[in-house]
Amino acid sequence: MGFFLETLFGGLMVGMLYSLIALGFVLIYKASGVFNFAQGAMVLFAAMAMARFYEWIPKWFGFDNKILANVLAFAAAILVMIAVAWVIERLVLRHLVNQEHITLLMATLGIAYFLEGFGQTLFGSDIYKIDVGLPKDPVLVFESLFQGGILINKEDLYAAVIAAVLVALLALFFQKTATGRALRAVADDHQAAQSIGIPLGRIWIIVWSVAGFVALVAGVIWGSKLGVQFSLSLVALKALPVVILGGLTSVPGAIIGGLIIGVGEKLSEIYIGPKLGGGIEIWFAYVLALVFLLVRPQGLFGEKIIDRV
Amino acid sequence: MLYRENGQFKSNYRSDQQIFPILQDRIAMVALLALVLVIVPMTASPYLLTAIFIPFLILSLAALGLNILVGYCGQISLGTGAFMAVGAYAAYNVQTRIDGMPLIASLLLGGVASTAVGVLFGVPSLRIKGLYLAVATLAAQFFVDWACLRLGWVTNGSSSGSVSVAGLNVLGLPIESPVQKYLFALVFLAVFALLAKNLVRGAIGREWMAIRDMDVAAAVIGIRPVYAKLTAFAVSSFIVGVAGGLWGFIHLGSWEPAAFNIDRSFQLLFMVIIGGLGSIMGSFFGAAFIVVLPILLDGLPYWFGIPIDTALASHLTFMIFGALIVFFLIVEPHGIARLWSTAKEKLRLWPFPH
Repeated sequence: MGFFLETLFGGLMVGMLYSLIALGFVLIYKASGVFNFAQGAMVLFAAMAMARFYEWIPKWFGFDNKILANVLAFAAAILVMIAVAWVIERLVLRHLVNQEHITLLMATLGIAYFLEGFGQTLFGSDIYKIDVGLPKDPVLVFESLFQGGILINKEDLYAAVIAAVLVALLALFFQKTATGRALRAVADDHQAAQSIGIPLGRIWIIVWSVAGFVALVAGVIWGSKLGVQFSLSLVALKALPVVILGGLTSVPGAIIGGLIIGVGEKLSEIYIGPKLGGGIEIWFAYVLALVFLLVRPQGLFGEKIIDRV
Repeated sequence: MLYRENGQFKSNYRSDQQIFPILQDRIAMVALLALVLVIVPMTASPYLLTAIFIPFLILSLAALGLNILVGYCGQISLGTGAFMAVGAYAAYNVQTRIDGMPLIASLLLGGVASTAVGVLFGVPSLRIKGLYLAVATLAAQFFVDWACLRLGWVTNGSSSGSVSVAGLNVLGLPIESPVQKYLFALVFLAVFALLAKNLVRGAIGREWMAIRDMDVAAAVIGIRPVYAKLTAFAVSSFIVGVAGGLWGFIHLGSWEPAAFNIDRSFQLLFMVIIGGLGSIMGSFFGAAFIVVLPILLDGLPYWFGIPIDTALASHLTFMIFGALIVFFLIVEPHGIARLWSTAKEKLRLWPFPH
């Protein structure tokens, strides 16, 4: 029982991190109808910017304060991501308005490749580390309930809390601010939003910036876990089945989907994996999403698509 | 001045339906065949053959297969690498487990296995489309990657999934030297390109294009979406599977699952986009472009005397690919193939365009 719960909790923590990345997908899809394949590259790019600015800024200004360096690096990385959003809107999205979904998807593939190459040219291609002071030691909980208790990684716990806070903030932003309302209006209907004077271009820049910010947070957390390296952009591939499962247009869906995938992955690896030869984590999420697609194409919480195929 | 069709009258259906209706095109085609069949094998260095020509031929074949699915039938696939892997490993199994199996037969059987897997993963396309389908094909990619690595019987018990073939021959003729490999791949490519060209000109190709352009309208005029989509998946993954077998047997010789990972899938998709969606010719252009560009980027700075290190060159390749994808999608969605046909149109009037 203790072991099962430990696996379960481990899965929930990983799932929370997946949903953090999935959130980026959902935000952009909701507001611009673009399935942003470049989200993973954005995570990598943001994490690299953060890691490198953390090294550079103290050198430029000649101080030696870890917290200040982290804060400044984070701010600088946010600026970089806003610049990226602006450039993408200017050079790509603006020219592809009203194109088919597939065209846009392929365009984001191009953006992903460009960002990966550009990031490594700009920031170097070694493995960098991000240290924002997340504690790394594991803790034991429920020791009174089970013998031995349950081992939980403190870092994962913090990450999960950060993710939850971020989701709450985003929900507030979407529901309570004027910009958030404008974003939702654009998501509902581009033309109607435009006709009442909402500037489409600016909205897109904002959405991509927010997605860049989410990517930065995800990048910082994943980066401090795994180190900032190229494989970080592959984490986004894990988030694809999450959005499919949760529904492409639903923020809660991204969270729940992430948790389901995280838990399912860990449990299946432990309980089914050995029978099949191990390592089934790689495809389990995808096959789960695939089976799910056949039953409920719009995902758990997605809007029903009335569409002949 | 030279390239025009004045005076070339078609007096029967046969001449009206030929692949190259203009005499100059037929002459150019014969010249091209002579060039690739005779002159290239005689003059090209072994390095040139193994580093550029053989990969180009085999990847063109794979791009051709993918183009049928993406360009002609409009079903996006990010799992091409997986279908190549199925073709390669199935061909390997047939070759090693059955004694005296002819090489061509095992390659074709690899294609058949790939067809089966392709149709299996194509079934979701009956219910979903667009990016949902992309995710379904990604599932194929990851599943096949895993199966080749972990399932012992796929790789004949090799531990890390790496396998190798040796002593290839066709009807007693060895396929060992670069020239022989080149010619072998070339024959495969030529035959499949001809088959594919005729398929997309025929009834089935028109059905695919109708499904691509508007599936509801296609169904209304009596095209069965199930049949059209699944045949596109079948034909596409057959060709891709054969290309995978060639890639393993002819180009690599010994390989492991990483040779067919997701990067390969993206690479092939890029070839199709840059070369031209929905064009047989485009597959060749795209493959040539993507095979040659990295080599050029590696070599170019040396020729100009400003050496850049290899890491930077590979990052630059990434950036150029990405930028070109976006550029082509915005400026010329039909890729290099459309530029080519525009050039040909211009040439017909040249030098007196008015």
